[in-house]
Amino acid sequence: MIGDLITASVLASGIRLATPYLYAALGETFGQRSGVLNLGVEGVMLMGAFTSLWAVHEFTPAGATGYDAGALAMGVLVAILVGLIMGLATAVINVTLQAEQGISGIGIYLFGLGMSDLLFQKVFGGNVVTVNGFPKVYLPVLSDIPVLGEIFFRQNLLVYFAFALVPVTWFVLNKTTLGLKIRAVGQNPEAADAMGISVARVRYFTVTLGGVLASLAGASLSISLVNVFQQNMTAGQGFIAVALVYFGSWRARGVMFGALLFSLVNALQLQVRTKGIDVPDEYAAMAPYVLTIIALVFASQRIDQPAALTKPFERGE
Amino acid sequence: MSTSSDERKLLPTGHERIDHLEMRGIVKRFPGVLAVDHVDFDVRAGEVHALLGENGAGKSTLMKILYGLYQANEGEIYLNRRKVTIKSPSDAIALGIGMIHQHFMLVPSLTVAENVALGLKSSREPLLDLDVVSARIEQLARTYGLQVDPSRPVWQLAVGERQRVEIIKALYRGAALLILDEPTAVLTPQEVDDLFATLRQMVQDGHALIFISHKLHEVLAISQRITVLRDGRVVGSVPTAQATKAELARMMVGREVLLTYDVPPVEPGPVRLKISGLRASSDRGTEALRGIDLEVRAGEILGLAGVSGNGQRELAEVIFGLRPATAGSVLLDGQDITGKSPAELNRLGMSYIPEERMLDGVIRDFTVAENLMLQEHAQRPYSYHIFLNPRAIAQRCANLIRNFNIRTPNQETPIKSLSGGNIQKLVLARELAREPSVLIAAQPTRGVDIGATEYIHQRLLEQRARGTATLLISEDLDEILALADRIAVIYEGEIVGVVDRAQAQVETLGLMMAGVRHETAAG
Ligand SMILES: Nc1ncnc2c1ncn2[C@@H]1O[C@H](COP(=O)(O)OP(=O)(O)OP(=O)(O)O)[C@@H](O)[C@H]1O
Ligand SMILES: [Mg+2]
Repeated sequence: MIGDLITASVLASGIRLATPYLYAALGETFGQRSGVLNLGVEGVMLMGAFTSLWAVHEFTPAGATGYDAGALAMGVLVAILVGLIMGLATAVINVTLQAEQGISGIGIYLFGLGMSDLLFQKVFGGNVVTVNGFPKVYLPVLSDIPVLGEIFFRQNLLVYFAFALVPVTWFVLNKTTLGLKIRAVGQNPEAADAMGISVARVRYFTVTLGGVLASLAGASLSISLVNVFQQNMTAGQGFIAVALVYFGSWRARGVMFGALLFSLVNALQLQVRTKGIDVPDEYAAMAPYVLTIIALVFASQRIDQPAALTKPFERGE
Repeated sequence: MSTSSDERKLLPTGHERIDHLEMRGIVKRFPGVLAVDHVDFDVRAGEVHALLGENGAGKSTLMKILYGLYQANEGEIYLNRRKVTIKSPSDAIALGIGMIHQHFMLVPSLTVAENVALGLKSSREPLLDLDVVSARIEQLARTYGLQVDPSRPVWQLAVGERQRVEIIKALYRGAALLILDEPTAVLTPQEVDDLFATLRQMVQDGHALIFISHKLHEVLAISQRITVLRDGRVVGSVPTAQATKAELARMMVGREVLLTYDVPPVEPGPVRLKISGLRASSDRGTEALRGIDLEVRAGEILGLAGVSGNGQRELAEVIFGLRPATAGSVLLDGQDITGKSPAELNRLGMSYIPEERMLDGVIRDFTVAENLMLQEHAQRPYSYHIFLNPRAIAQRCANLIRNFNIRTPNQETPIKSLSGGNIQKLVLARELAREPSVLIAAQPTRGVDIGATEYIHQRLLEQRARGTATLLISEDLDEILALADRIAVIYEGEIVGVVDRAQAQVETLGLMMAGVRHETAAG
């Protein structure tokens, strides 16, 4: 029976479903590594999801039947722009105004939740609008490998890019001078400050980057995975992404494993439901969340936990 | 006088020297305190200028202004007779000023090389060039005798090594002027000697050094000039060659200070604290205590001498229930207290003055009053049922602040804005005032000025006369010889011997601290 459930197509969908988590959680990793906890990811995701869908819809030439590359590019561009603005706003609130990060994040989330829905009602009158999202790109040769080809190499660009971001994140954090500054600022901002580093500038950078990636996470839902927008369509994925950073012990690879574990269980649970297997829907839907909680309890690698996480920095004057 | 810029004098590190740096008329106000009051201070290439003063005199504040961490309210800074403005540490670094802070400024999770590279331009920007940095660290280490392994993470290093990393950080950035704010407070005597060798080498090369310490013999040994601050003002500046300990002490405190004490004989009472076969692991999982046997009687001070890192901290923590024992037992008045919680031990009359008072002794965001009342707040008269009694609390805090001479604008000041030494004093005040029946004091006078040291020593002797059993853990042999009735020496987690003070000699103690066993006079 399990064999029936775990098919190549289910695994492929697991990979695909990991994308929003990857974007959001990798962005959050940058922020947290520098000592800023941004709980507003979910709100930025919703804004990214709506605005990118709007852009794709807006820029798709009338009467087009398939996808339109230009419109998709505009969708991504708009998502990046929106993420930039919301990320900067988050940075102003958390870094310059030194807000309590647990609370300010909820504020940003509520703003994104409300604003995305308001725009949805205003622009589309709340009606479901479908767009042609990112098409699958079969990677030459690789996509022909039996089974593995179907699972990994017949995805769309946003999926490939999300996974490419994993080694990039690792590289930036561990191999560049910028990454060193980020880690130092998150562990001991006083020491970094005394070495002439601007703690605020580093945190502005990471938080803004986190905003851009969170917005892309939203776009990866609305113009790559499901190709529609609905009110609150992220349904907690942004919060899960924050949890995944803890789960992954603040490391890119750990975050990726967490995202995959979560999305695979999710894909499986969808499969269980579509197959109509006799498990109450509620239990199946709950499974990934329960799993996350259990995993979080047992994930206790704390070496890279930023010691200054959630602590605003101010020179002691 | 003018230094022509053509005859640029370079340090061996290839950076320009600072021939002369002068601070003029510096004033710094904090809410409720005038921390620095019209201070003039200068330092030249090739000299060590020492800065002395009681806790809260304004030494660190003056230096933080020079390093750009604080902005002065008034006054100017001249570098080689040219006026400069220093708005941030990066300005200071660019001018060739480096600072070793009173508290380490290192990132524990990063390696030595990463800590050094932090904030520097890499030769392969934007990529890190840790191999280049490591090679340069090793070169500096050879020049100045600063042994470190660039690839080790800092959290694994002992304090002495961390201090060396701090110096390397400054030298790497081409510091021509180096400020050392109490660099020896946490070092062992051997490490102090090594540090001084490095500093002398630097002076010879034409660095200018500013050195802060509360230990007069160190200041006399290393500096050429001494300036004394009191209450933010300069009380005097003397060439070291003409200074004496007694005179410096008087300048600092404003009165005569006792540098030796009478220790009246006290007939020791019954055994209060009995430790048998105690074993425990260190944070790194190695065996820190390897079968410790000790007894402390009522009315007795047992000095525990030894180079730090030989199990002292672990011993204190096991006794006070902060670290599990892997074997053995601790008895308090015959009752087994092994593994009891600190709260229970507090109730049983035990008190602990931790070594790392900044980290383990206070809550940084609490006020002075709150920190002073951490333990007693729930007892009468300080509270009644669920209500605190502000009047009784204020009264008690006022007493403690006065007796221990804690320099604070008021009781509601957050503790993080006190000077380093005043935070130390606060913990001591709180613990000593409880009149414990058993006291474990780890390095009680580290970082504390001589006036307060005198007061603390007298309090310890008073408690002894009252019948307290005291375990005094100290690296300062002078302190132990001045106060302890018996002296136990710890080495690599074992007691190498216990001697009566009457028979104790500095030389034998020194040998024992190096691990040479002493079988006589055990008891
Ligand atoms: N950030 C701050 N905010 C408010 N007051 C401060 C701050 N830093 C220092 N002070 C006050 O300024 C005075 C001088 O402090 P400073 O740290 O310079 O003393 P210090 O001479 O270095 O003493 P110590 O020997 O204890 O280190 C103290 O009264 C202290 O309470
Ligand atoms: Mg100081």
